Amino acid sequence: MSAATAPVAPAPRPPGAAGPAPGGRRRPLRRGAWWTPYVFLAPFAAIFGTFVAFPAVRGIWMSLHDWDYLMPSKPFVGLGNYADLFDPTSVVFQKFWDGMAATGVFVVASVPVLLTVPLLLAMALNRKFPGRTFLRAVVFLPYVLGVAVVGVLFRFVLDPNLGVLNHLLHVTRLDRLLHALGAGDPVPWLTAQPWAWISLVGVTVWWTLGFNMIIYLAGLQDVPPELYDAAKVDGASARQRFRHVTLPGLRPVLAFVLTMTVLASANMFGQSDLMTNGGPGTSTRTALMVILDTGLGQYKMGAAAAMGYLLSIGLGIVSIVNFVALRERGGTRRPRRARRAS
Amino acid sequence: MSQSSRTPARPQPGPTGSSGLSRLSRRGFLAGLGAVGLGAGVAACSSGSPSPAGTGGSGGGAVDLAFWNGFTGGDGPVMQDLVDRFNAEHEDIAVKMTTMEWADFHAKLPAALTSGQGPHIAIQHLDSLPTSAARGLLLPLDDLASDLDLTADDFIRPVWDAGIYDGARYGIPLDVHPLGFFMNTTVMADAGLDPADPPMDRESYEAALDALLANGVAGHWMSPHTFTGGQTLQSLIWQFGGDLLDADGATAAWAQDEGVEALSWMVDAVHRGWSARDVGQDADIIALQNGQAAFNWNGIWSINTLDEISGLAWDVRRLPRIGSVDAAWAGSHNFVLTKQKGTTDAQLEAAQVFVNWVSQQSAAWAVGGQVPARTSARESAEFTALAPQAAIAEQAEDLRFPPSIPGIGDAIGELYTALNEAVLLTKEPREALEDAAARADQVLADNRDRYGA
Repeated sequence: MSAATAPVAPAPRPPGAAGPAPGGRRRPLRRGAWWTPYVFLAPFAAIFGTFVAFPAVRGIWMSLHDWDYLMPSKPFVGLGNYADLFDPTSVVFQKFWDGMAATGVFVVASVPVLLTVPLLLAMALNRKFPGRTFLRAVVFLPYVLGVAVVGVLFRFVLDPNLGVLNHLLHVTRLDRLLHALGAGDPVPWLTAQPWAWISLVGVTVWWTLGFNMIIYLAGLQDVPPELYDAAKVDGASARQRFRHVTLPGLRPVLAFVLTMTVLASANMFGQSDLMTNGGPGTSTRTALMVILDTGLGQYKMGAAAAMGYLLSIGLGIVSIVNFVALRERGGTRRPRRARRAS
Repeated sequence: MSQSSRTPARPQPGPTGSSGLSRLSRRGFLAGLGAVGLGAGVAACSSGSPSPAGTGGSGGGAVDLAFWNGFTGGDGPVMQDLVDRFNAEHEDIAVKMTTMEWADFHAKLPAALTSGQGPHIAIQHLDSLPTSAARGLLLPLDDLASDLDLTADDFIRPVWDAGIYDGARYGIPLDVHPLGFFMNTTVMADAGLDPADPPMDRESYEAALDALLANGVAGHWMSPHTFTGGQTLQSLIWQFGGDLLDADGATAAWAQDEGVEALSWMVDAVHRGWSARDVGQDADIIALQNGQAAFNWNGIWSINTLDEISGLAWDVRRLPRIGSVDAAWAGSHNFVLTKQKGTTDAQLEAAQVFVNWVSQQSAAWAVGGQVPARTSARESAEFTALAPQAAIAEQAEDLRFPPSIPGIGDAIGELYTALNEAVLLTKEPREALEDAAARADQVLADNRDRYGA
């Protein structure tokens, strides 16, 4: 059904007439039957329903049971799995909250860097200079790597005794600086705190900053240059132009980047699983690692589902706070209208 | 003016000509992509079909069997060879082997079996056997064991016992893989040690480490990670006369004095400079390969890894005795038949033929870096000709295995946390072990409720 009707959609647009040609007249809208939009939505709704909505509802059901899908009895425990997460004497309490704390540390340490460094890079790469496209590609390149590649690569780069990094630091004598800061010899990049967190944040920044930079670049190109011209005429300094033109113009983009980055950082799993294996001790074992181990390692899927829901609720609240804090206030829509008028 | 200056940065190119061109090439690209996908699909189908078709041609309706394992190391090709030979010798049976990481294997197996897409035959580690049996994944094999003439006398006792859960046999032991004492003989010779006469007791072992240290080499890198620090620590606990769990398997026993002594010996090695500090994952064996360390206690599976490194002079022995008794950690691979809807009687029969056949190829399997589980195979001329394997197998009577209790992996995981904290010098050995034991006791109690033991 959906397969038969889907190809109809692109047909009315002859390929020759490229999109919104400047000054071109608009074609009258073609309206289909009332069910047309639903047919278009159907393929997505089917996938969303199968892989998101249904498992989410089933997860709530699971979290109310002592659930191991292979065991004959799956006793109903009500909110017991949730209560355990707030009961300091239960087996899961310490693990779960240690994991949540580790996730929190990572979010707090990585998000500010992942917000600012890509913005600075985007501003630098938004200028016109030879080799700009090449540099943009270079910065974006690590993002296409999978976490397995990044994790294993840096496990060897950062190995305290055999790694390239410590070798280079030693050759250049920069390790003395780190030793002065209290680092052991060799610098324990993956085997002691705070170095393990520094490594994990650093690797994550190297790996993902390209994505945020691309979003920022798109946002920067949407800030009307007339505003910069006007600000210059008014005698605004570079700093003032950044503060009063760039930042307000980027507000919606910032809200998006902040929300996505917080969610991505809170879902950190592969880096610490591969690079530190949750160590030293359990200090970098994130909430997701705890959930995976509980659900698929120890087969306590009910408890794992409850943990998952608690984490989701927490992230939902944080995301709402982010959006409210960065929402567009009255009057800030002016720049967009100004551009349209031009 | 300003508008035009921004245009090039936009995603859509201006001139219609180039746009049409890119559109065309994009369409061509997509068509090509589709063709490639289709081709891959066809290839996948065809690559899946030849084995049944090839064998079915002569036998007429061969029985298809799926066989899963986690032999991702040097042992994988050896097992594949065995499977190929079996398929060639048995025209009416077609075994298809699938190899994946052990971690994935344990996560995927239950789901695959419940959906009827799982294997008919699988390999399980000795310590995961009881868990899988308790969760109803496996078929009892008592009939097969008696058909195969398997007797307790022919097996190392703990290996034989570990296959039994709740009065029924679930596993047919294939091999044991103990920890061995690997050494870089070049580094030893440089420090004035005789590679032909390695230190085998505590006094000479520590003297050798001192000699290496005097030569500027941290001789034995203590890994704070499961592989292979976890196995080293377990071996030491047993050597000092301790054990992992109490006799009933109800509580952790590793925080008693023997366990503390064992872990303290590892931590002292770091303090004394016998070991590097902050050893990373796998860095202990890599250091031995690089000539930065002389000794490493590692699994027998490392034999093939070390063999592949050209110019590396190495040797292997049974573990030296650091504590009061000889003991070495070992694991064991076991054949299991899975409980799955849709398995036919013909498939069950064929599976038994396969297990029986491979079980008799123990010496061929030992080439992959394993010690045969059968005493008779260990004493065969074929096996004793494999020098490294045979050297490690000398300690067959002193091998110790993880306790076979459902969900034991969850509890032993806590010991690995204590190891990590102590060897990385963030906690005192006793404190780390006691904290870990308290957590493990809870896990054990929890698992007793779950598995009804």
